[in-house]
Formats: sequence, C-alpha cells, structure tokens
Amino acid sequence: MISLALAYLRDRPLTTALNVLLLAISVAMLVLLLQFGEQARERLERDAQGIDLVVGAKGSPLQLILSSIFHVDQPTGNIPYESLETLRNNPAIARVVPLALGDNFRGFRIVGTDATFAQSYGLELAEGEQFGGPMQAVIGSKVAEETGAQLGQKFIGNHGFASEESQGHDHAPFETVGILAPSGTVADRLILTSVESVWDVHGIEHDHLEEGHEGHEDHDHDHDRADMPKAAQPQMPSLQPDLTALLVTYRNASAAIRVPAMIDRQTEMQAAVPAIETARLLELLGASLDGIRVFAWMLAATGGLAIFVALLNMARGREGDLALLRVMGASPVQVFATVILEGVITATLGAVLGWIGAHGLIAIARSQFATLADLGLAAWAPVSGEVLLIVAVIAIGAVAALIPAMRVYKIDPARVLARH
Amino acid sequence: MQLDVRNVCLTYGDTPILNDTSFTLEPGEHALLLGASGSGKSSLLNIICGLQTPLSGSVSLGGEPVGDAVRKAHMGVIFQTLRLVSALNVRANLMLAQKLANGSPDGAKVDATLDQLGIAHRASARPFELSQGEAQRAAIARALVVSPKLLIADEPTSALDKGNTRIVAKMLIDAARNAGASLLVATHDDRLASHFARTLTLQDGKVT
Repeated sequence: MISLALAYLRDRPLTTALNVLLLAISVAMLVLLLQFGEQARERLERDAQGIDLVVGAKGSPLQLILSSIFHVDQPTGNIPYESLETLRNNPAIARVVPLALGDNFRGFRIVGTDATFAQSYGLELAEGEQFGGPMQAVIGSKVAEETGAQLGQKFIGNHGFASEESQGHDHAPFETVGILAPSGTVADRLILTSVESVWDVHGIEHDHLEEGHEGHEDHDHDHDRADMPKAAQPQMPSLQPDLTALLVTYRNASAAIRVPAMIDRQTEMQAAVPAIETARLLELLGASLDGIRVFAWMLAATGGLAIFVALLNMARGREGDLALLRVMGASPVQVFATVILEGVITATLGAVLGWIGAHGLIAIARSQFATLADLGLAAWAPVSGEVLLIVAVIAIGAVAALIPAMRVYKIDPARVLARH
Repeated sequence: MQLDVRNVCLTYGDTPILNDTSFTLEPGEHALLLGASGSGKSSLLNIICGLQTPLSGSVSLGGEPVGDAVRKAHMGVIFQTLRLVSALNVRANLMLAQKLANGSPDGAKVDATLDQLGIAHRASARPFELSQGEAQRAAIARALVVSPKLLIADEPTSALDKGNTRIVAKMLIDAARNAGASLLVATHDDRLASHFARTLTLQDGKVT
C-alpha cells in the first residue's frame, strides 16, 4: 500500500510538491523559532549559572546583566573598588567576582577580574598558566581559535567593545600566558586579565592588590584622560581605581532576600538578579516571536487544508481505480490506508524537508555571520520540541486525509462499475 | 471449479432485473453471456463476483458462496473500461494484483504472462500510454496473473473493431485454456457467439 500511495503522489507531482513545500516552509519557520528560543535560553542559563546577583552602577538592571554576564551590552557605569571587600566580608555571601571592563581585542572583551572568575565558571586551562603578573592575560578558546593567538604572544587592547572602535593602548600590550579549554560559556569569548592590568592600561593609580602584580615597569601610567574606557568615564576626573560590576554567589537562600535589599537601600549601587532579568529577556523575546509562530502554524494548517482538498479531489477522480483495487482483492481498510498514507507521506516529506532546511539555514547563517557562531548557535543540535513538532505536522497530514479516506472506504465497487 | 448460479433475483426499485436466474459453468468450460444493453448482464456479473448481493438466490464457486475472499483467491475479472490502476505501469499493476490476491508478487510469472499476451515490450508503460488493444491485453494479463479458476470479462470487445474483436476473443479463450480456468464473457455483441461452444442468453431477467 505504501508503494501505491507513493505512486499516486508521483502521479500528481505539482500538487504534491506544492503541498510538501507549504508544510516544509511552516516546519522550517517553527524549527528556527524553536532553535532560536531554546538555544538562547540554554545559553543564557549556562552563562548565568552559579551567579545569584550582579551588583553594578545604577541604571537598567537588564543592561547590567547583559554587560556583566553575557558581555553583549555597555556597562551601566562604575562602582567603588571598596564594594568588593564590603561584600566579601558579608557572611551571607560565598563568592564575589570582580569585573573591570572597557576594552577589547578584535571584538573580544578584555575582562579585568581575579581567580574567582575561573572558579565561578569552572574554567580549566588548555595550555599555559593563569594570569598573575601585570599585563598577563588568559584567552578563551574561541579567542584563540579566531585570532590565532598563542602563548607568549603580545597583543594590544582597544578602547570600547567593538574591534573597529577607537585606537589601541599601544603603550601597554598584554601577553598571552594561558589559553582556556572550551567551556561552552561566555568565557570562551573573553580575554581574562587582572583588574590591576585594566587599571594600568588606563593610567589609573592604585595600590597593589595581589602578590605577583609586581609593578608597572612595562608601561607608562601617564595617559591622556581621553584614553579612558567608556565604563570609566562617569568617574572622571577622579580616576579612582573602580570596578564595573560584581558577580555574587550566595552562601545560603536567605541571602536572596537580605543582600539585594541591603544593596539597593544602603549603597549607590543596584543589585540585579540574573534569573529575573533572564526570564524577562526571554519573555520579551518570546512575545516578539509569538506573531511569527502563529503565522507558521497558520501556514501548517494551510498545508493540511491543501492536502485535504487534493485528497478529496483525488477521492472523486480516482474512484474507478479504487473500485478496481477492491475487485482485485483490496479490503476497504487497505483502500482507506492508502489515502491516509498519502496524507502522512506528504506531511512527513514536508516535515523532514522543513527540518533539514531550517538546520541547513542555521549552518549557512552560522558560517556567514560570526556573531551567531559566537553566541553558540549550533546548526545540527535538535531540541526536544522538534520531535513533537514533526509528529504534530504528520498528524495534520493524517487528519487532513481522514475525510477523503472515509469517502473511499465507503465506495461501493458495484455502483462505481455500473457508472463506468 | 464449478460455478453454480441458483435462482438469483434482483430488482432496482420496482423494476425486476434478474428473475429466478440459474445456470452452471463446469470447470474449464467457456461460455458467452449474451444480452442486450440494460438486460442485467453487468448486474449478474457483479453478483457472480460477490460485489453485489442478490434479492434472493445464491452463487457459489467450487461449493463456496462467492464473496470477497472467493473473488480474491479464484477469480480474474476484466472490465470494459476499468482496466488498470492509473498511477502504476503495466508491470506494477500485475505485481499489485498478485500481491492483493496471494500476498506476494511473482515477477517471473508477471513477465511470462506479459510475454504470452505479446505486451512484454510495454511493461513499463503507464495505462494512458497504451492503445486500446494494448490496454485490453494488459487487463487480460492482470486477470490471468493471479492464476484464476474462473475468468470473467464484461464487454471486453465493445470498443474494438471486427478484427480486434476476433483477436481479443481468441486471446481470452486461449488464455483461459492455458490457465485451466473457466471463462464467462458477458457481451451484447453477438459476433462473439461463433467463438464459444456455449452461449447463455439473458433476456427478461432469465438465462436460457
């Protein structure tokens, strides 16, 4: 019966192709939406894992989260360095990771931090050692892959967060002392160095914070203020050794109530909860994608309707064939199954083509737009909803075939033969 | 297998079509069922094939009441216009007929049957690509390939000229003889009578 159903589909190639195309387009759209939504959610959750709170300058909490965790937006401003120690001394807090942002190397952000950053993300070195001394840097796996940077190589950071933005700090080159193993987190795309090195690059005077930061003999601190990174600009003209943000991990659940309230009420800083901001971001994203999703499902329903019309016409036009099949020994159930199979095969072809098309598009887009690859958008990583989607589309094909199949099931071969 | 038609009656509304019709066809016997258009030949064939239920009476083949199972296992049926499944080529039609009748197709028998009827060269042709004569041969091949015990043909020559009528009649008789099958051909064309040893005439709902 399958070969007969396939033969009937081949017998009307244009109609079949159009129906398959309609369903393929709708499935491709839905798979793209699923992929985009699911991979974005996974990525956001992975990058924010283990971070309970982000503390930064007042402003948009979403912007603070985006700039400090996902490294995709401008920071909200700077916060005093002393806040790091204040929070570290809070018994309700287990870990505080300092961040000093402002520069990039070929579009990869340079992050001034300390060893707690690697602990927080569970990062491991693939080569070399952790940064310790002045102007030492550890680069993420993606950075190494795309810039070709190797251990011992020096590089110059540029102002701001885009590679083409402004000039570089020629006076203070960084040296690559380590390359991180791929972690699947935002750290793959970051360049990590000490907070002091970031201050040194911008000529900010400071006390030595850690052993191993042995002085500034490699470079001159007397920079022009115009060299200040954007994140540091609100602090001008004082040139205080500030930070951009702090990533906080609680020691216990009760801290979730006390710590943010304390920061918001008692300091000039703001506390943003990644879980809340991520959920808000996904909600915004979801709302904007809902319209496309509804359109795609309408397209799938149109595909089902097209199958229904095609099979209904077939049931009328092919009744002689079906009567002949019955005379040759086909049971009513077999004839019914042939029609259902036509609907199911059409829908399956549409679903499979749509799925391949969507993933192919992601693969092409990924190879053409580096940002998508940077965001970790995988081309051939199916998400759980896709199976359900394909099953739903195949079910549409079967349902669309149901009424035409019932018609042929009820065919009286003797009556049809009398008419022919 | 003996075909036994016993006291079959059929009416369409108040109009009687078959009126206490009875006859038998012995195993291997070839007979012509002759009747004018509208005399009830096709209705009688439908009843013999088990496609239609008579008002009263019975039909059996080899002692078994006819129905879907008997038709599938023992009958080969040829219609005037419904010859082949339109979406399949000639060979695939024959394979499908075997699959529906026996559960498994026999490619060698299909090829031999096509060869026997002189249309092996049209095996991959679709029904719409065949001439009238080729289509009729293909329909006979489809009916024969299931090794029927009873071959039934309804108006097999109505669309053919005199020359082709003779050829098709001979082909049917030879095919039935080679297959060891009984043959019942329903027609309004009395030119065919000369080819058959026995002619059954259907008139006023009775076979004489």
